Amino acid sequence: MDVFASSLEIGEEATIINVNLEEIPLKLLEMGCLPGNKITLLQIAPFGDPLYFNVNDSHVAIRLETAKEISISKDIQ
Amino acid sequence: MSLNPIKVALIGNPNVGKTSVFNALTGLNQQVGNYPGITVEKKQGSAKLSDDVKAKIIDLPGTYSLNASSIDENVVIELLLNKNDEDFPDVAVVVTEVENLKRNLLLFTQIKDLEIPTILVINMADRMQLKGIELDISILEKELKTKIALISSRKKTGISELKNLILNFTELSTEPCLNASSIDPEYFDKLRKAFPNQLLYKLWLVITQDVNFLNLERNEIKSTFTKSHADLKRLQQKETIKRYQFINDTLKMGQKIDSSKASDIRAKIDRILTHKIFGYLIFFGILMLIFQFLFDWSSLPMEFIDETFAYFSSVAKQNLPAGEFTNLISEGIIPGIGGIVIFIPQIAFLFLFISVLEESGYMSRVVFLMDKIMRKFGLSGKSIVPLISGTACAIPAIMSARNIENWKERLITILVTPFTTCSARLPVYAILISLIIPEKRLFGFLSLQGLTLMSLYLLGFGAAIFSAYLLNKILKLNCKSYFVVEMPGYKIPMIKNVSINVLEKTRAFVSGAGQIILALSIILWYLGSHGLSNDFNNAETIISNQNQGKTISSEAFEDEVNAFKLENSYIGYVGKAIEPAIRPLGYDWKIGIAVVSSFAAREVFVGTLATIYSVGSHSDEETTIKNKMAAEVHPETGKKIFNFATGISLLLFYAFAMQCISTLAIVKKETNSWKWPIIQLVFMSGFAYLTALIAYQVLK
Repeated sequence: MDVFASSLEIGEEATIINVNLEEIPLKLLEMGCLPGNKITLLQIAPFGDPLYFNVNDSHVAIRLETAKEISISKDIQ
Repeated sequence: MSLNPIKVALIGNPNVGKTSVFNALTGLNQQVGNYPGITVEKKQGSAKLSDDVKAKIIDLPGTYSLNASSIDENVVIELLLNKNDEDFPDVAVVVTEVENLKRNLLLFTQIKDLEIPTILVINMADRMQLKGIELDISILEKELKTKIALISSRKKTGISELKNLILNFTELSTEPCLNASSIDPEYFDKLRKAFPNQLLYKLWLVITQDVNFLNLERNEIKSTFTKSHADLKRLQQKETIKRYQFINDTLKMGQKIDSSKASDIRAKIDRILTHKIFGYLIFFGILMLIFQFLFDWSSLPMEFIDETFAYFSSVAKQNLPAGEFTNLISEGIIPGIGGIVIFIPQIAFLFLFISVLEESGYMSRVVFLMDKIMRKFGLSGKSIVPLISGTACAIPAIMSARNIENWKERLITILVTPFTTCSARLPVYAILISLIIPEKRLFGFLSLQGLTLMSLYLLGFGAAIFSAYLLNKILKLNCKSYFVVEMPGYKIPMIKNVSINVLEKTRAFVSGAGQIILALSIILWYLGSHGLSNDFNNAETIISNQNQGKTISSEAFEDEVNAFKLENSYIGYVGKAIEPAIRPLGYDWKIGIAVVSSFAAREVFVGTLATIYSVGSHSDEETTIKNKMAAEVHPETGKKIFNFATGISLLLFYAFAMQCISTLAIVKKETNSWKWPIIQLVFMSGFAYLTALIAYQVLK
């Protein structure tokens, strides 16, 4: 089963495996949201959405539905 | 000897301090204008490089890459692809920030591929030690095939090195950093064969963007080299990955980060500012502070300005030879200008606050905090920026809605932003509140007048949210909900940036509004002091005939003559004609004139009344606009014109009505249709009329 960036917990780091090109804006790709790069969840806004990530050293907030289009593999500690 | 200036384009991601570099290079030698036909701000300046060489510097809009997703970003690409443009740069200066070097370099590699001489600026070098970052400049210069200027615009270091690099731009390499064509060799091979004289990367940009460029019809490339949208996006992703591979490899050699030194201050501040309770408390606390400041503490300079202009008026009247020209100056122009100068303090404070909120990085946190709530009303978290800066002026606010990715959210934001209390409403509110609300304090410190003003702001904001909710239900548009917000690191705002920004915005606002007000006040003065009929020209005779047999003082006689003249002037006719429509709202025909002329711009209200009342006044004493308004009584009933019911009705009318031609024009430009501004005008003004009507009928 696929795991998505939306399922990360605060402070948890993972590696991006794939992004759904249809649903992910190009701007996010350009910030480094690309397969192979690291993604860490930093904060969740009140009411659970949007999510605040560190992707490839860029600090960026995206909505839950966008985070659900980024599949990840959680790093084994 | 003076040579042609070297043309420099400043390019960079948002939030890298590009504007600080621009300010450091040019000082106050800058002009702000617009690109022809579009409302993107064009900033230019000149810098002295040596005794006889100057540089003309263009500060291009911030962009993440050369793949444009907004008109602001389009400006960058169109300039860089068009060698015939008069602003085409001799040298490109790409500004990056030491903490975000990886991401910032993406744009740099794209610019390099265009084979324009390029200098790399690494800004905020003063933070390197704090963040445990070490750079090997010579390796980076070699790998990136460029020259690097390590600068700190905050500490003012490295600027002269940058100037030197610009001066010697001919020595820069124009060799590209990487070969993008390997993402689809077959396709690019065909392209190369079809257009042997063109730069491959340029062709690729033309194919993927909606831009035209010289010598080459877009359709010509399109027809033979079209790919599906999905294919293109896949290739763009491949290109981006390839660029990041190159950047990562380069940084591995040229950059060392000691992560143990990286402080987590940012994370700590984030935790507080986006906290589910403290986050909102802090946000509303800041808003409260701003409004208390605006009304209570800027009243001192405002009173001073008001009195000064009243004094100027009386000095002009006493010292210039009596006649038409003197009347024009003392009754038309001086009160008119006074009407605009008076709200410079408040506008400047507003721009100051907004500028500090944005520069510090706090605004992005508010966007993050508010997105979920705003979405319930069909808005985006990013709508907060237009809604807050709408308290200064709706025009830049509506333009700032551009970075909302979702069209429906953006359209709703544009439509409701004019409800927020812009600074043009402030002088109207200020004078009406001071007339009808007593100067008392609750609990000894909360000023009642300040609270009234704050409720008017909340009312405007409420109207915006409420109509957004309606629009969200009514509009049937399906849009992808894209939402990407960069969360910049926290910075203490630089005094130089903030003050240049405040100065520039205030100046533009005052001169723009000032011209309208000046023209209108001259027209109004003329219309108010001239009339067509015999009644107007024979006012003295008619009044003395009316008063036959009575003994009245010469002053009272003069008053009656002036009032009679005003009623029979051109403006009197117009006012009387619209009186039936506005009487139910509690306005007399003089207020009616002010309301009607406010449809050009709201701030005209005070100036108009000032002009109308000065025309009718007989005394040379210096009187402020406020005193004149307070003294105005109904000729028949003897009641005060500006009583509580009329005041509230006027406040509500100004809170809701769409009275700004410039805003309508900008909405037309941003939505590309007359449909939306017309809907705005009809809906807002109709709503304003209705609420003002109800309020007056209930309160009178």
